[in-house]
Amino acid sequence: MADPRVIVVGAGPAGIRAAAALVEAGLVPTVIDEASRSGGQIYRRQPENFTRSYEQLYGTEARKARALHTCFDALRHRIDYRPETLAWAVKDGRLHVQSGMTAEALPYDALVLAPGATDRMMPIPGWTRPGCYSLGASQIALKAQACAIGEKVVFMGTGPLLYLVACQYMKAGNAPVAVLDTTPFHRQLRGLALMAARPGQLVKGARLIAALRAGGVRVVRGITPREVTGGEAGVTGVRYADAAGRTFHVECTAVGIGFHLRAESQLADLAGCVFAFDPAVRQWLPAIDAMGRSSVANVYLAGDGVRVLGADGAETSGKLAAQAVLADLGRPQPEDRTRRLLRDMERHVRFARGVARAFPWPHDKVAAIPDETLVCRCEAITAGELRAAVTALEAPEVNRAKAFSRVGMGRCQGRFCGLASQEIVAAACRLPVEKAGRLRGQAPVKPLPIAVTDGGSHA
Amino acid sequence: MRNVSGQADVVIVGGGIVGTSAAFFLRQRGVGVILLERFLVGQQASGTNFGNVRRQGRYLRQLPLANRSRAIWGRIPELTGADVEFMPVGHVRFLWADEQLAVVEKYQRDAAEYGLELHILGRNAIRERFPFIGPEAVAGSWSPHDGHANPRLVAPAFARAARRDGATIVENCEVLSIDRTGEDFTVATASGDYRAPIVLIAGGAWGGGFAAAMGEPVPLDVAGPQMGVTEPLPYFVHPVVGVSTKVPGEVAYLRQIPRGNIIFGGIARRNAALDEQRAKYDPAGVQAQFRQILRLVPALKHARLIRTWSGVEGYMADDLPVMGRSAKIPGLFYAFGFCGHGFQIGPGVGDVMAELIATGATTTPMEDFRIDRFGGSVPVRAHAP
Repeated sequence: MADPRVIVVGAGPAGIRAAAALVEAGLVPTVIDEASRSGGQIYRRQPENFTRSYEQLYGTEARKARALHTCFDALRHRIDYRPETLAWAVKDGRLHVQSGMTAEALPYDALVLAPGATDRMMPIPGWTRPGCYSLGASQIALKAQACAIGEKVVFMGTGPLLYLVACQYMKAGNAPVAVLDTTPFHRQLRGLALMAARPGQLVKGARLIAALRAGGVRVVRGITPREVTGGEAGVTGVRYADAAGRTFHVECTAVGIGFHLRAESQLADLAGCVFAFDPAVRQWLPAIDAMGRSSVANVYLAGDGVRVLGADGAETSGKLAAQAVLADLGRPQPEDRTRRLLRDMERHVRFARGVARAFPWPHDKVAAIPDETLVCRCEAITAGELRAAVTALEAPEVNRAKAFSRVGMGRCQGRFCGLASQEIVAAACRLPVEKAGRLRGQAPVKPLPIAVTDGGSHA
Repeated sequence: MRNVSGQADVVIVGGGIVGTSAAFFLRQRGVGVILLERFLVGQQASGTNFGNVRRQGRYLRQLPLANRSRAIWGRIPELTGADVEFMPVGHVRFLWADEQLAVVEKYQRDAAEYGLELHILGRNAIRERFPFIGPEAVAGSWSPHDGHANPRLVAPAFARAARRDGATIVENCEVLSIDRTGEDFTVATASGDYRAPIVLIAGGAWGGGFAAAMGEPVPLDVAGPQMGVTEPLPYFVHPVVGVSTKVPGEVAYLRQIPRGNIIFGGIARRNAALDEQRAKYDPAGVQAQFRQILRLVPALKHARLIRTWSGVEGYMADDLPVMGRSAKIPGLFYAFGFCGHGFQIGPGVGDVMAELIATGATTTPMEDFRIDRFGGSVPVRAHAP
């Protein structure tokens, strides 16, 4: 029998560890990655000619970043590595990929999806002004290009990334003007018990906030974002209300916004995986077993693309998914290793639940954004127009509201507005969000050039 | 004894563009209506088709119906209170081969007898009029009064208007069986029975199953169109664009909406299944589609595809829908199996079925669409060009 064809999508912590385990078992997996260099987001590599040290780039995570990069460098010539390649669709046992102006369909015996996560965004009046970035983009600017998103920066949102990025900016000599967190402090304490599953990470988090304070950065918790102020020329500040409802304005030239992360689950959706609503994070996520098996026989899911666990959890889940692939291909893995990984995984899941509890998606604030706020940046649709799809046009759920209003029908296909639009539609329907439907994924995952030519379809 | 959830003059099974517009026009005639829809109104073929409000190229003896429907399209805002983005921008079919010219010229002469105005434009005329057209086109057939509309909006607009006028529209209500009991039909659903002396089956691709259950089986295949849309571009393709060809791999169509997106479809239809709620787009066919789209509008070579979709459509063996009364059961009516051509005629079909049900006759010729036409050996009709 020919060697089984295994495709791994994503070359971040989960994808690299999955590929490494497959190589160790004697396979030659294909690794598809959108980026030009491996590493994923959190361990993103700087461009070839940049010379910052691991310590400068990754701080306390330098050792892990180096280990992951070294692992990949050892694999690189033992796998079919395809950087700068988009996996845009899955159907009938074939992964459809595009690179440059070439497209092809790759058949597989097993597919490991590790596409990672993106920022969860809350639409705020003015959030489309030049000078507004996501937290992830703010971090990419620093890591990849060694530049800041602006001179006077405000970071706003909630979640660990909010404090991490703020600290990284401070260390880079560009201390933010303010860090505005929608979660009140007492709420953050409620995640402590679960986050104690990983005391090291918890201490690191506490140190970030202490460092910001020591550096004189204003940290305000329990805020409600009101507006990103400015004009055509860009951002001039952020208006927010504090917990008591008093309004403040902070002057700045750029804003980084993010509310923890959302899983990039579109490929799993196109592959036909069953999804379930996770109330802890208020997202529909593909259902998996402890090893990462999806509901579709030969599709495996790992990393933040299926559950947001962070980089360490992603590495563990990548190893587990590879073990599941190998076991299902009739190559059983040492049980003690699997047991160890599963135990490790339990800690990551527990910690992630703590993070979700400590930094909740402010869904009530999202549902209450003013009518004139743009929800869908691509199609320029406001919250009021989306609400009218429910109230005037009688859409009873999210897909129908999308069809009537065009929210989520533009270039991003709802990757940035989908979660917010679900909250707005559910509130307008007076339904709990899990009863207001799940937005269906449609290919392509990202825009596909019409001029692509056939690179061989292996039909 | 099951509970009776509702009783009316007519129960309509299926809430696509035909069912909802029939409900609306029945209410206009004062007839009491309950419409039962398995999912949401307009969710299947009615909501996922290309959006072509096209008469040219239709089966000739369907043109009186198409003309009647075209008149309704112009009045939808006035009738329903909704803007369904109908734009009578014209429809042009381009020819790749000189041999096809005779075919469209004959169709032009024949269609003129039914009042459809068509202009055959030569090599230079098409370039003057449609500067976007690719270099291979040799001629075009131009229908100035056809156009396009947004399929996602039309059936829901008729459903809201019908409800406003007193119809009962029940969504998420799958019909399990239809039985004639005495004077009335009993239409059984999971949420109770509905009764009426008249039933209209407007179940699209699912219509064949109902007809078979009523003792009138018909040859119906299920397939899904392959649709895609690009990112927004400057608005430069104003008419609906199609191709007149004998080569199946060349069948492609596209339209641009003023906000700039180009919506396209064509080439091969893909299999769909009735037990799937959604038919799926097949990415394997995308490059064949792109090639034909670029042949029509080469300027799209820098554009990107942002979304694809499909839907569940019912195709009859002779490529014509089933419309009219049952040949066997009094009080039973059919309008289904629109073969991917139902969008333009949909509102007209609703109007005709309402007329037929309310008055017992219609002024629009419907003889060719009888359900019993398949009894024995019915010759397969040739496609219109």
